[in-house]
Amino acid sequence: MNITIPEISLVVLIGVSGSGKSTFAKTHFKPTEVLSSDYFRGLISDDETDQTITKEAFETLHYVAAKRLANYKLTVIDATNVQESARKPLVALAKQHHVFPIAIVLDMPEDLCRERNKHRPERNFAHRVIAQQRHQLRRSFRRFKREGFRRIYTLRSEDEVQHAHVTREKVWPNRRDDHGPFDIIGDVHGCHDELLALLDKLGYDIQPNSIAPPPGRKAIFLGDLVDRGPKTPQVLDLVMQMVDSGTALCIPGNHDTRLVRALQGKNVKPTYGLSETLEQLESYPVEDRKRYAKFLDSLTSHYILDNGNLIVAHAGMKEELAGRTSGTVRAFALYGETTGETDEYGLPIRLNWAARYRGTATVVYGHTPISNPEWLNNTINIDTGCVYGGALTALRYPEKECVSVPALKTYNKPSRPLASETTRSVQQTHDDMLDIDDVIGKRAVDTFLIPRITIREEHAIAALEIMSRYTIDPKWLIYLPPTMSPSKPSSRPNILEHPDEAYAYYRENSIAQVIAEEKHMGSRAIVILCKNDDIARTRFGLSEPAPGACYTRTGRSFFDNKSLETAFLTRLQNAVSKANLWHDLNTTWIALDCELMPWSARAQQLLQEQYAAVGASARASLNATIEALNTNNNIDVADWLTKYQNRSQRIDHYIHAYRAYCWPVHNLTDLKLAPFHILATEGSVHHNQPHTYHMETLSKLCTADPELLHATSYRVVDLNDTQSCANTTAWWKERTAQGSEGMVVKPIDFIARNKKDRLIQPAIKCRGREYLRIIYGPEYTTPENLKKLRWRNVKTKQSLALREFALGLEALSRFAQNEPLRRIHECVFGVTIARKECKKCFPKKDCHLLPPLHCWYLRVKPLLVPMQMLCYRSILFPMAERAIRQMMALLQAQSLDRAQKLPLKSSQKV
Amino acid sequence: MLLTITTTYNPATDLGYLLHKHPRRAQTFDLSFGRAHVFYPEATDEKCTAALLLDLDTIGLKRRRQNTFALRDYVTDRPYVASSFTSVAIARVFGSALKGQCTDRPDLVTQPIPLRAEIHVLPCRGGDQLLNDLFQPLGYKVTAKPHRLDEKFPEWGYSPYYTVALEATIPLKNLLTHLYVLIPVLDDDKHYFVSQSEIDTLIRRGEGWLSDHPKRDLIIDRYLKHQRILTQEAFRLMDEQPLSRNIKDNELVVENNLRLNQQRHNAVLKELEISGAQRVLDLGCGEGHFTQILSEHPQFAKILGLEVSHHALSRAHKRLDQPIQRNRIELIHGSLFYRDTRLDSYDAAVLLEVIEHLDPSRLPVFERVVFEYAQPNTIIITTPNADFNTLWASLPAGQFRHPDHRFEWSRKQFQNWTQSVEKKFNYHTTIKPIGPVDPEAGPPTQMAIFNKK
Repeated sequence: MNITIPEISLVVLIGVSGSGKSTFAKTHFKPTEVLSSDYFRGLISDDETDQTITKEAFETLHYVAAKRLANYKLTVIDATNVQESARKPLVALAKQHHVFPIAIVLDMPEDLCRERNKHRPERNFAHRVIAQQRHQLRRSFRRFKREGFRRIYTLRSEDEVQHAHVTREKVWPNRRDDHGPFDIIGDVHGCHDELLALLDKLGYDIQPNSIAPPPGRKAIFLGDLVDRGPKTPQVLDLVMQMVDSGTALCIPGNHDTRLVRALQGKNVKPTYGLSETLEQLESYPVEDRKRYAKFLDSLTSHYILDNGNLIVAHAGMKEELAGRTSGTVRAFALYGETTGETDEYGLPIRLNWAARYRGTATVVYGHTPISNPEWLNNTINIDTGCVYGGALTALRYPEKECVSVPALKTYNKPSRPLASETTRSVQQTHDDMLDIDDVIGKRAVDTFLIPRITIREEHAIAALEIMSRYTIDPKWLIYLPPTMSPSKPSSRPNILEHPDEAYAYYRENSIAQVIAEEKHMGSRAIVILCKNDDIARTRFGLSEPAPGACYTRTGRSFFDNKSLETAFLTRLQNAVSKANLWHDLNTTWIALDCELMPWSARAQQLLQEQYAAVGASARASLNATIEALNTNNNIDVADWLTKYQNRSQRIDHYIHAYRAYCWPVHNLTDLKLAPFHILATEGSVHHNQPHTYHMETLSKLCTADPELLHATSYRVVDLNDTQSCANTTAWWKERTAQGSEGMVVKPIDFIARNKKDRLIQPAIKCRGREYLRIIYGPEYTTPENLKKLRWRNVKTKQSLALREFALGLEALSRFAQNEPLRRIHECVFGVTIARKECKKCFPKKDCHLLPPLHCWYLRVKPLLVPMQMLCYRSILFPMAERAIRQMMALLQAQSLDRAQKLPLKSSQKV
Repeated sequence: MLLTITTTYNPATDLGYLLHKHPRRAQTFDLSFGRAHVFYPEATDEKCTAALLLDLDTIGLKRRRQNTFALRDYVTDRPYVASSFTSVAIARVFGSALKGQCTDRPDLVTQPIPLRAEIHVLPCRGGDQLLNDLFQPLGYKVTAKPHRLDEKFPEWGYSPYYTVALEATIPLKNLLTHLYVLIPVLDDDKHYFVSQSEIDTLIRRGEGWLSDHPKRDLIIDRYLKHQRILTQEAFRLMDEQPLSRNIKDNELVVENNLRLNQQRHNAVLKELEISGAQRVLDLGCGEGHFTQILSEHPQFAKILGLEVSHHALSRAHKRLDQPIQRNRIELIHGSLFYRDTRLDSYDAAVLLEVIEHLDPSRLPVFERVVFEYAQPNTIIITTPNADFNTLWASLPAGQFRHPDHRFEWSRKQFQNWTQSVEKKFNYHTTIKPIGPVDPEAGPPTQMAIFNKK
């Protein structure tokens, strides 16, 4: 017997114990496809025959079956299933997942089953059990159809079982193998002339009796061919001819199905344009009308095409319904989702399923006339209301371009006005509201550089707080800069970082040419500029016009003063215009990665509370110390005196170092902006351009407004040429001696890989000797301190830098490709989080957390969960103390003497 | 950090006996966090000065992982200022003098001698006023010289550091004890983990002077690092009562918090009762104070608290974690800037002093989340009335009541906003005052009740 089952269905094996279900399942299905009740009994109780846990075993089985069906996998249930009560939940499950329930009944002779059970010592049940099961099975036969099984196959002898053959057929909507390219045509509604014009425009060869597409292409009609328009029969003839010759696919629309029912003689109200169609068809012979009805009735509700990347349906398709077959799926494809209420025009209120669509497949649909086709969450409605005097539109796939021909006249008045145009796209308006489900929980972000960057749940929690409390409007946040790794510590005396180590890193990774750019000491700033203030609305989707935005590396607004920000951005806008970059880059907006100086502009508080404070206290204390040591009291403190005089000198250097980055800002030109990357412009992310391109283009920009903009000086270094390296090192020395922070060494290509095709660091910083006093303290240059500092592991920082780099570029490229905000937001979210995932939170080696806390962390992990969110530098310490105290109290309360054994000795030690 | 102790007692060199350090020698002591040097810049019979020079190994401290409490940053003032490190060094280097042990000159131990201590430099969180308040009651003549943060940038003002000279005729032991306790108090920080044993130290060192000190509460609070559990324990052990309820010295109390808060809670509760709501949202529930109050009223069958700060939320969890309430009260982490289906199908939402913490530019998003998507029948919003701020003497003009407030609306502004919300969404509003209404400035808090049309 040939058993045909759809590729996705729920197969229910039915038969008494010993009828050979498991053997049948083993022969015809993959082991993972078969869910056997005995197996689940074993899973739960270690005993496959334990009848006491039947209920639990079936609950688990149903749960697993549901997960498989949701995941679009064929599922076979191997249980006796002879009782209706056992089959009922399975049929319901199939319905719930819109797949066919299929029954395969093994109706074997009772003696054979008995015989088989005899050889299974663990199945030693009474005769009457088999008899009873058989009785139940007999009674069931009449019921299968009524219970909802779509196909029932019965095997009655061993011979039949042996010769049974299971074939899997594709479900109707599955046309994954059809790769197109396609021309998807929206609701035609009997507009034959416009359809011909559109096909002509699409390059179809139109002959009186045949229409040939351009080689390889195929047309897809999105349904609603009929009603309202003037030439419905002609349209039907044309489409049927194309479908028959295999040059087109067609799916039904709600009007088409109504026409079918009318033609079949059913009672349908001649409203919504049906009367026109029937009038036009009146003169046609009955056979033709039957032919039309037959064709329209045979259409499949929707199609999945091109490896599942494209879904076409008349009114749209939800991700979880696509590729399935049921009345619900068909109704959704024909009518979309409605609330059941009607609006003031008497039309059903539609739920916007596209707003919640999160699938990866592009969905093309029609049904609701709109004035302009627009993308929303990877879906597009291309019904531009031709019959209402709009246009007939086709979407070319995979090019994703719309081709339209205007309607020749208005054939019909819409009962509801078409949605009118606004300055912002549907997607942008939709993106005003992000959904919490798109950001919380454990997530993985696929970037084009690194696949699947995992974002832990607790980090998402931290990022949500930052994003909600501190950052600017997320629509501006199309990028956050990555952290940058320093070079390996240098072994040279008196110095911690030296360009040689940076060169060596890239040389090891077989890079021949690098660029050395001067590193500015200010605050990192991301500047987004719009050609005119309206671009902020039309491209970035903000509700108010703005010249652009300037934000810090953590996404906060750079300027507290709004008017200063506007003046700053307007001035930059002018500079870009003057440098003619709008034209040269063919863009209306530009995103720049910059350093904004002076440091004191943004870090004033930090400077006063930390840097200047250290300088002031050191100055006062060391002066007094030197004075005291100078007093001659016949004791030998000369060594100490020298030591403290040296310290005093180092403090002078330190104060000198930080002062170089501070100056008062009274007006705009006291600020200096040094751009060093053109991140993105309309349609492109500039990561495929070498750094020299960035430098050259930006220097052009800087000459346009030298008062505000500061061109970054750079050198191109040939790593295999010692002279070239030495020259750059000399330049580095000279610049840092003059107070520059240092330099950044980058491979000449924006994205560089080594010979093993591994991504390598996009940049390595190499900071000057004096500058590092701001980082490691005034006294870091003594030999003993340098020795301690040289022990530095850059690996963690490097891996973090790469992940952030990948996430940042991914965010930009998603923005450049006009993806929905949530897709950009998740990458930016990832950068915020990656930064939190610092050494402080999940410490292994280079930890800032209190060591006892580690110990505690391992032992009392669940209690510490909030700690993971709290490792901001500023609140870490009080937090850590409190956490320890709470845990101690807790343990003491539980009278655990372990508390004393734990290494909480920091206070006793001192 | 340099600490010098000078005496003009005759013979002044007896200071050497008291300190157990020979005036003709320069000595070095190894400490866990660096080194301490002791030497005498001057040692004659007329005048003798002992110097304690502390040499902190910052990079070692930061790199060595045993004691990460000590340092937050490489760039730190700790090596140059008097701090808890100094106290520890005093106890280590001048331990006997601190305990009052001296076999060679036993009578000198308790004898008041003219002493002058100079500290280069002492961080005074609270300014020289606090310095005077702390030392003058103990009989010291205090001289403090402030230092600018940076001479090149006079606009940056003065640093918290002072070169301090303290003069008094007292036993050396007392001077060292006072320094031991009061240096970290002025610095308001400790480099080590403060635990129960710190209370014992404080009581021991404070014997005879601390309980009568006018700034006693502040000293105890700061010395125990503001740990409430510890300060309460200290008062209990000292058999004393704190002088005021609120012993935190640095907290600007602008509102009579307790009373106003209670009034707010009562007003909102009353409105909720009128609305007949059973399922209530507490949006921005913070640490769950109001959620707890709601939970005490059986009228509310389901209460959901939402908070963006995970830290606050974990405290709320602790506050409300009773098994019997688990199905009734739910606390979730979320944000008012994201659409959240978990907020659907509730009868009422309360936003108690929440909107002023939201960025004004993102208010439209918040409005849609609450009024368009969650859309409960009743929404109650309270926010400060900026008009009333002028009546608070302790609040400088133009400043907000809380540092995280992004705005504070006058009555007019609040009304405008509620009207704009009314226009956009299907609600109508009533505005009511909370707290005593001033004829000019209105109430301290304003409340808007939105009812779905």
